[in-house]
Amino acid sequence: MSKQVKLKKGFDIRLIGKAEKKVGDYQPVKTFAIKPTDFIGMQRPKVLVKEGDTVKAGTPILIDKKLERVMYVAPVSGEIVEIKRGEKRKLLEIKILADGEINFENFEKFTSSEIKSASKESITDKLTASGVWPQIIQRPYGVVANPDDTPRAIFISGFDSHPLAPDYNFTLKGQSNYFQAGIDVLKKLTKGKVYLGLSSDEKSVELASIEGVETTNFSGPHPSGNVGVQIHHVAPINKGEILWTINPYGVVQIGKLFINGIYDASKLVAISGSEAKNPSYAQTYIGSCVDSYVAGNTKSNNFRVISGNVLTGEKINNDGYLGYYQHQLTIIPEGDYYEFLGWMKPTADKLSFHKALGLMSFLFPKKEYTLDSNVRGEPRAFVQTGVFEKVTPMDIYPVYLLKAIMAEDFDEMEELGIYEVVEEDLALCEFVDVSKHPVQQLIRKGIELIQYS
Amino acid sequence: MKFLRDLLDKQKPLFQKGGKLEDLYYLYEAGETFMFSPNHTTAIKGAQVKDAIDLKRMMITVVIAMIPCLLFGIYNTGHLHYLAVGEAGTFGDKFVLGLTLVLPIVLVAYTAGGIVEAVFAVVRKHPINEGFLVTGMLIPLIVPATTPLWQVALATVFAVVIAKEVFGGTGMNILNVAMTARAFLYFAYPAQISGDQVWTYLGDKMPVDGFSGATALAVAYQSGQDGVNAVTNLASHNAALMDNMFSFQNMFMGFIPGSIGETSTLMVLIGAAILLFTGVASWKIIVSGFAGAYLMAAVMQLLAVNEFMAMPAHYHLVMGGVAFGIVFMATDPVSASQTESGKWIYGLLIGVLTIIIRVTNPAYPEGIMLAVLFMNVFAPLIDYYVVKANKKRRLQRATV
Repeated sequence: MSKQVKLKKGFDIRLIGKAEKKVGDYQPVKTFAIKPTDFIGMQRPKVLVKEGDTVKAGTPILIDKKLERVMYVAPVSGEIVEIKRGEKRKLLEIKILADGEINFENFEKFTSSEIKSASKESITDKLTASGVWPQIIQRPYGVVANPDDTPRAIFISGFDSHPLAPDYNFTLKGQSNYFQAGIDVLKKLTKGKVYLGLSSDEKSVELASIEGVETTNFSGPHPSGNVGVQIHHVAPINKGEILWTINPYGVVQIGKLFINGIYDASKLVAISGSEAKNPSYAQTYIGSCVDSYVAGNTKSNNFRVISGNVLTGEKINNDGYLGYYQHQLTIIPEGDYYEFLGWMKPTADKLSFHKALGLMSFLFPKKEYTLDSNVRGEPRAFVQTGVFEKVTPMDIYPVYLLKAIMAEDFDEMEELGIYEVVEEDLALCEFVDVSKHPVQQLIRKGIELIQYS
Repeated sequence: MKFLRDLLDKQKPLFQKGGKLEDLYYLYEAGETFMFSPNHTTAIKGAQVKDAIDLKRMMITVVIAMIPCLLFGIYNTGHLHYLAVGEAGTFGDKFVLGLTLVLPIVLVAYTAGGIVEAVFAVVRKHPINEGFLVTGMLIPLIVPATTPLWQVALATVFAVVIAKEVFGGTGMNILNVAMTARAFLYFAYPAQISGDQVWTYLGDKMPVDGFSGATALAVAYQSGQDGVNAVTNLASHNAALMDNMFSFQNMFMGFIPGSIGETSTLMVLIGAAILLFTGVASWKIIVSGFAGAYLMAAVMQLLAVNEFMAMPAHYHLVMGGVAFGIVFMATDPVSASQTESGKWIYGLLIGVLTIIIRVTNPAYPEGIMLAVLFMNVFAPLIDYYVVKANKKRRLQRATV
């Protein structure tokens, strides 16, 4: 019997536009891009290819000079068409024009008994050389893991509780043998256990029968699917410890690498949001251009395209590229309008965690909403108290932590639990905040202060 | 609406950087955002959608919650006048008289405070604080209707500057602003805010024979001095005006002398219901505040050495400003304890301290004012220990 954890705190942002569980009929994507900015903590990116070079899926195209063992590879085969730089020559995108058929770099295949007898060093070498390594994220800090470390444990969240999140039961369908192989590989990397968090609300059929992992069932609203929250309830991270986390997609990728000997960057992406005409899934590869999913597929002309979900995502251009770690594209209306007496008007079509005068969304606990990108107010100093705690199912005082970060008080940050959080864990605070603080930005600032001190 | 919007857009360049009235930008902004929620959109990275709440909406909720107290206060001011001078007045007469007395106080408080806010916003270059919507309404409700208007203005200016702006504005203050205004009046001009004469407006008329303007607390305190049963003494007080003026029921309803908004426990409870239902005020503070006051009063009753102490505990809850103070002052989120466990302690101690000051201190017949201010000062200390416990849990885990 696996462990049960019931989480009460949190909030589900119920949005219109959940992707239907079918692969939609989208134009094939032609260009793909790897964005060094997706890899938080990448300090000195160096491009290994030139414009005009041809690459295979799995050919190294980028490294971080601070972590030279880890290769960042091309998701598809084709031609490097552009290396885009921004101000001060900051590397922004490496664009690849895909050829119709994918050619793969060949890596050594392993049988399951070979995986079991392989050494940690040989596995690490293979993972770092083949391009799957960046899927492994280190806690604290939420950065790409250092292959020289040995983590206390590895954590995997088997479901995504974010708004309009993809259903892993659908995206991972039929891949449990790869997932199992991935787990077997990961077990080699840690002296501790590999933990898998599953949702007890929706049965995770694909991952329920995986062996060799310590399974915990989580119930409750978002952020119950955040791996940081799960770690907090299973085996919290302490100062000086290192844990690794990995998305199930990454585990499958590792499995495919060992079983099939290829770097397979194909993925199912949920095309969601109230502005999307036919929300459904798209079969594509890492770093996909979103043009095919946006053009002609929106209900109006004034919309925002988000790489990821509405809580932690990033606004991208209509012909921008999906982030490396994202499995979701969300299209919502842009909120660049004024609203007459918007601060006192009674409203039932705007979602709120609060019940203050005129906010009536609490009366409709099942209703799904169309939310736009309007900030709904102006930034202020902290006034309301006790709300952040209600959406943070962790033994942490978010406001105190944020104030410590603002004051750049290192001791306080440590003592208040900066090592236990990354942006997504407190993203709901940013949503519910009366005073409209940039909570996630502050958390990253705090992490960087600690990390580089 | 379009006309208004166009008008605002037309004036906007004047106030923006490089415009002629650049220095007054935050005044323009206050006006603009009052009429229209801004068109700002969320940042490129991070939460792409936001909750519909903002500070303005939260603050206006508190103002709405105070309206029952205000309306009742207006009526009661007129009602007590007609009672005291022995004339019969219709509901309308009483309300209109009350309005002529109370409305100027409200206007003066809002104007004086508004000017201070505006000056600070311009000089310190920060947005106008919505917190003043609440403070400007609270101050009139906690002074007697006879308070000279210049004192209201002075107290408001003092409180907004000293209790709030010097700390950096709403959200940074340590003391409750409205309570500071009252404390200022209490210590600077005691003659106009204490004693028996200030609570009932007489105008140029003579009161009826046997009239006493004393508050229920003063009468109860006097019972302790004279050694007569407090409840009987209260009930027979002002018999010339009406029967049972200070019966429990009448004190709960609020047709008694006192500060404008504090007299009716019923109206305070309606306000409390609004605050609790909307989740704007902490139920923990309100519940523990009343519990603390009741328990302490019960303890006093057990230990009674005089008739005041022997008064039934529930009488304390409907006398004076304890209900109003707990519901509207103690729950101010900025000056209250900010941790959830801290709120229990904070509320409880406010209730306890109020009764201790009331019963044992001859100089202050009412304790809620000092209790709230005192606990405002101690709230950070309570939080410090609550947060420290959290840090300790984290540290202990590490060594296991």
